[in-house]
Amino acid sequence: MKYTKDHEWLRVEGDLVVVGITEHAATQLGDVVFVELPEVDAMVAKGDEICVIESVKAASDILAPLDGEIVAVNEKLAENPALVNEAPLRAWFFKMRITDLTELDDFLDEDEYAELIG
Amino acid sequence: MSDLVRLDLHALHVELGARMVPFAGYDMPVQYPMGVLKEHLHCRAAAGLFDVSHMGQVILRPRQGAEALALAFEALMPVDVAGLAPGRQRYGLFTNAAGGILDDLMFANRDQDLFVVVNAACKAADIAHMAAHLAPAAEVIPVTDRALLALQGPQAGAVLARLVPGTAAMRFMDVGTFDSAWGSLWISRSGYTGEDGFEISVPRAGAEGLARALLADPAVAPIGLGARDSLRLEAGLCLYGHDIDTTTTPVQAGLAWAIQKVRRTGGARAGGFPGADIILRELHQGPARLRVGLRPEGRAPMREGTPLFAADGTPAGTVTSGGFGPSVEAPIAMGYVPAALSAPGTPLTGEVRGKRLPVTAAPLPFRPPTFKR
Repeated sequence: MKYTKDHEWLRVEGDLVVVGITEHAATQLGDVVFVELPEVDAMVAKGDEICVIESVKAASDILAPLDGEIVAVNEKLAENPALVNEAPLRAWFFKMRITDLTELDDFLDEDEYAELIG
Repeated sequence: MSDLVRLDLHALHVELGARMVPFAGYDMPVQYPMGVLKEHLHCRAAAGLFDVSHMGQVILRPRQGAEALALAFEALMPVDVAGLAPGRQRYGLFTNAAGGILDDLMFANRDQDLFVVVNAACKAADIAHMAAHLAPAAEVIPVTDRALLALQGPQAGAVLARLVPGTAAMRFMDVGTFDSAWGSLWISRSGYTGEDGFEISVPRAGAEGLARALLADPAVAPIGLGARDSLRLEAGLCLYGHDIDTTTTPVQAGLAWAIQKVRRTGGARAGGFPGADIILRELHQGPARLRVGLRPEGRAPMREGTPLFAADGTPAGTVTSGGFGPSVEAPIAMGYVPAALSAPGTPLTGEVRGKRLPVTAAPLPFRPPTFKR
C-alpha cells in the first residue's frame, strides 16, 4: 500500500491502481454525505480533481495521483456515501490504468505516511 | 490562536474529545467524537447539550420605569416589547435606517428588567447600539459572570425536570429564575434547533457542575457547532451574517411573523423603529425578494454562495445556507429569490462546480418544530 500527501491510499491490483482515502482523511472530513465519481474510460492527468467528496462540513476533492485511464468506479459510494467513514480502506473510489507501475515507488510508504499525519 | 477567548468549559470540551475551532473570536467545540451526523440525530431523538456561552447576555435595567424602557427598546425594533407579559420571552430584530437587520436576538420580560441574548459576532456592536439609544431609559449591563448552556431535544424536559423540578411547568418561551446547586439559573424554554428545550444562564462557577450533571443523564450527549448548524437549518432558522444581515429586511427574510400587529400600519404603536418606512411598505406591497427553502433534486449539497437561476436561465439569487439535513436525509438549503419565483414547487437550478443542477423552492421549515406550547 502506498499513500499520497493528499491522504489517498493506492493499492496495486494486477495492472491497475485502486484509489481511496485514508482513515485519517475520512475522520478529518467527517460524515460523508455525497460522492461524485469520475467517468469510466476518462483519461486523467496527475493533479486533476476527479472526485468530489462532500461531508456534512465541506466539499473536497480527490486528485488523480498519476496520469492514466479510469477503468472502474465504485458506484456503491455514490449510493451510500457513509461507506467512506465506515471502512475507508475498503471504500475504493476508482481503479485506474497507468503506463508504468514503478511510478508508484515515489509515493509514501506506511511509515512515511504515519509520520506525515503525526 | 492566542487571541481566541476560551470558554469556561474548555477543559470539559477537550476531555469529551471535542474538535475545537475558532468561531466569532471564541475557541468553540465544532464536534465531539460522535460526529456531526450522529450528534444531530441524537438531539432529535433524545437530548443534546450545547455550550453557547459565546453569545452575549445583557440586562436592560429600567431607570424611568418598565414602560419607558419598553418604548425605548421598541424604537430599535419592529417588535412589540410593551405587550410582552412578565415571565415571557420573544424574538426580536435590531433594524437600521435602510430596513436592514443589525442582529437578531431574544429578549425576556423579567418584571424588574429585560434580559437580552444576542449573537456572539454582533455582541460588542449590539451593546454599544443599546447603550447609545436606550439611555436615559435604561442601564445596559453586559452579563460577564455567567455561562449559557442549551439543552435541546424531546428528552430535554424530562432531563431538566429531574435536576430543576420547577422547569416542568414551563411552556415554550416562558422564562424563570430557579435556585439550584449550581447557583441561580435563568432559564427560558426555547432554543434554536426546532426542538423543545431550554437555554440556561448559569453563574460561571457553577457552569461545569451543571454541564456534568446534565451529561450524566444517559439521554444527553454534547453537541457541537456543526450539528447546531444543521439542526437550525432543518428548522428553517436564520443564521445572522449568512441568511440575514444589513442587506436583508425582516420581510424579505420571511420574519414578518416577528412584527406584531401593534407595530404595523394601523397598529396602536405603528412604526417608530429604524427603517419603518421601508419595512412597513414591504409588509403592505410584498417584498421584491424572499428567503425560501431549497430542495436540491440530487444528492449534491448546495452550499452558501451557490448561484441560483430561474428555469429560463436568468440569475435568481444565491444560497445563503446549505448542506445536508441528517433528519431530512437529503441536501437542503435556504436562499433569496425574486418573489415571483418564491412559491413552493418553483423549479430553479443551482450552479455547483460549473454544472446547473435542478433545485426546487420549498416551504420552511424542512422539519416541523416540536415546541411545548
